Amino acid sequence: MTLIFFVIVAAIALVGAFFMITARNLMHAVLWMVLNFASVAILYITLSAPFVAMVQVAVYAGAIMVLFLFVVMLLGERQLTFQEHLAGQRVWAGALSVLLLALLAGALLFGVYAAPAANAVSVEQMGAQNPQLVGSLLYTDYLLPFEITSVLLLIAMVGAVVLAKRRLL
Amino acid sequence: MPDAGMPAPIQAYAILSALLFCMGVLGVLVRRNIIIVFMSIELMLNAGNLLFVAFARYQQNLSGQVVVFFVMTVAAAEVAIGLALVMALFRTKRTTDVDDVSMLRG
Repeated sequence: MTLIFFVIVAAIALVGAFFMITARNLMHAVLWMVLNFASVAILYITLSAPFVAMVQVAVYAGAIMVLFLFVVMLLGERQLTFQEHLAGQRVWAGALSVLLLALLAGALLFGVYAAPAANAVSVEQMGAQNPQLVGSLLYTDYLLPFEITSVLLLIAMVGAVVLAKRRLL
Repeated sequence: MPDAGMPAPIQAYAILSALLFCMGVLGVLVRRNIIIVFMSIELMLNAGNLLFVAFARYQQNLSGQVVVFFVMTVAAAEVAIGLALVMALFRTKRTTDVDDVSMLRG
């Protein structure tokens, strides 16, 4: 039963991704991408990661895709679409992507998966106390990366303001 | 399988993640519209995140979810800068075709 659910959600995610990369209309591409992000968020919930699922919906499907929509609307969808001319590149790209997929799938299918460590968190705890556990990890083991992240966001904010100013180049 | 409660075998998540990643690679390779290329990069990051969360569940170790949190932060910063660059590019060259922006090529 859960396997059927997984297959359906995975199929929706793949359909979203496929139509995103093949879309002619940029607005449609953004909306397909939102579909993909939403279905991946559902997969996160089934993997007992409700906090990450929430962040996925709020940050990815919310903030990031809205930013894309802003740019598409601001610049004008009509002006952003154009005829893409690629010579024999499309065939090569497809062949190389399939090769990469085969390599990845081979490594992931035939690789040896280690069993959980002795100090593993129980699955019930992972789901029920997810935000507390993730938060305490962030403020203990991952304190330094967490603080560096805040500096990174500040830099990104300043950079975006500078780049988006009228008189630049 | 050490944990019978997983909704699907870990290999299924791994294959789904590989498929999504390869779609992202394909999108970067075959499209010339800079916004689609950008979204394909997001797709690849998302595939990596999915694998992180799947393995966090499989190993019953929450560090994977913390890493996803960091990846999302970096992706948000990257999108903010990248879209500002797209805006600047469009204002100066009136194009979003990556082939039109090859001035640095020797």
